[in-house]
Amino acid sequence: MCVAVPAKVIKINGNNAEINSMGVIINIDISLVPDVAPGDFVIVHAGFAIQIIDNEEAQKTLEMFKNYAE
Amino acid sequence: MQNNIIALIEEIKRTANGLSQINIMEVCGTHTMAIGKNGLRQVLPQNINLISGPGCPVCVTSISDIDNIIELAENPCNYIFSFGDMLKIPGSKSSLYKKRSEGANIKVCYSPADAFDFAVKNPQKKIIFIAIGFETTAPLTAALIKKAYETKTNNFFIYNTHKIVPPAIEFLLNSSNKNNISAFLCPGHVCAVTGSRPFDFISKIYGKPAVISGFSAEDILKSILMILKQIKNNKPEVEIQYDWVVKENGNPIAIQYMDNIFDINDAIWRGIGNIKKSGLVLKNKFRNFDAKVSFALKDIKVPEPRLCSCGDILLGVKKPFECRLFGKSCKPDNPVGPCMVSSEGTCSAYFKYEKYKT
Repeated sequence: MCVAVPAKVIKINGNNAEINSMGVIINIDISLVPDVAPGDFVIVHAGFAIQIIDNEEAQKTLEMFKNYAE
Repeated sequence: MQNNIIALIEEIKRTANGLSQINIMEVCGTHTMAIGKNGLRQVLPQNINLISGPGCPVCVTSISDIDNIIELAENPCNYIFSFGDMLKIPGSKSSLYKKRSEGANIKVCYSPADAFDFAVKNPQKKIIFIAIGFETTAPLTAALIKKAYETKTNNFFIYNTHKIVPPAIEFLLNSSNKNNISAFLCPGHVCAVTGSRPFDFISKIYGKPAVISGFSAEDILKSILMILKQIKNNKPEVEIQYDWVVKENGNPIAIQYMDNIFDINDAIWRGIGNIKKSGLVLKNKFRNFDAKVSFALKDIKVPEPRLCSCGDILLGVKKPFECRLFGKSCKPDNPVGPCMVSSEGTCSAYFKYEKYKT
C-alpha cells in the first residue's frame, strides 16, 4: 500500500511533472513538493511526488532495483 | 548473498548474544512483505522475534465500510475508483470484484488523480474515490479535495477511510500486557510525510526503541541492528535509518494539506475496535465531498467471521500459525479474515513466504 519509488524529474508543467521512473516516462502531480526542479529525484506514491530526496542515494537505490531486475 | 548483508547478519548475531527475548513489531505491510520475501525471519538469531502489526490499511477497513462501498457500486449512476487491493475484500454479502463481474462501474486506478480527471471529463456522472491509507496517501486525497473545492467539481466524492499511525502504536503500547513489544520498526513512507517527531513518544513516554526503516533487506537489517544497539546501551530513542528520504520534520507542505482538509476523529480499526483520535474526517467546509454524507450511508455493526484471529494477529498477540483457520479454510484465494485479503496482510504474507516454518 505504502509502496513508493524514486524517480528523476525531467520537465515541470504547473502542478504536474514528467518523470523518469526506471526508464518509464510518466506524468505525476507535484502539488505536495512545489519547490521541485528538473534534475531532482523524488519519491513517488500513487502518482504524486511525496518528498524530494538526496540525489546520490536515489541513484544507488535505482542501481539496486536494476540489479534485482537483471 | 551479498557480503554486506552477511556482515550485517553476523553483527546482529554478535550484538544479540546475551540479550533476552526481543519482540520487534513492524508497523507497515510493506515491511511485512519485505521481511517475508527476503527470508529475514529465518536468518535472525532465535532471541529476535519479528511480529507484524496493523500496518495494512486494507486489512483494518471495517466490514461496514466495505458494505457501504458495495451499496454505492450497486447504483448504475455511480463510478467507483479504487486501488486494486480493495476489490477482493469480502463484505458481509458480496465483494467489489463480484459486483464488477455483475456489471457495476468499478475501476482500478493507480493514482487518485485518475478519478478526479474522470470526474472533470464526465460532469454528468458521479465519481467516488475510495480514499484509503495512512499518512502516505492522505495528503494525495487532501490535494484533490482542495482542487475539487476550488474548481467546484461537485460530482467528485470520496469514501473516506483514512487513518493515522501514531495513535495505533500508542494503542498497541497500552495493550503491551498482551503483546510484550520491545521495539518498533516504523514505516518509512508514512514518515516521509510526517517526519520522525510524531513518533517520539515511543521512546520519550514508553521508553521503547524505534527505528524508521527503509524497505530493502539491507535497510531492515540495519534498522534491527540499530534497535539492538539501543537496547544494549539502554538508550531508547527514535532513530531514522531511511535518512535519505525521511527528514525530522517530514514534508511540511503535505502535512499542511492534511491539516487544512481533515479533522482528527476516532476510527474503527477492523479486528481491533475503536482507537481514539486515529482517523481523518473531512472538515465541515468539505463535507459535500464525503460520499457517506452525500449518499446518506450509515455504519452498521457487522460481526467478524467466527473463529477468525485477525484481531489478535493485528495486535501482535498471535502469529498466523496460531489461528486455526490459517491455511485451511482461510487462504489467499478464499480469504475469511482481512489479514489474508490484501497481499500486504500479515496472514497473506505468512502464507506466501513463511509456510515452511510451522
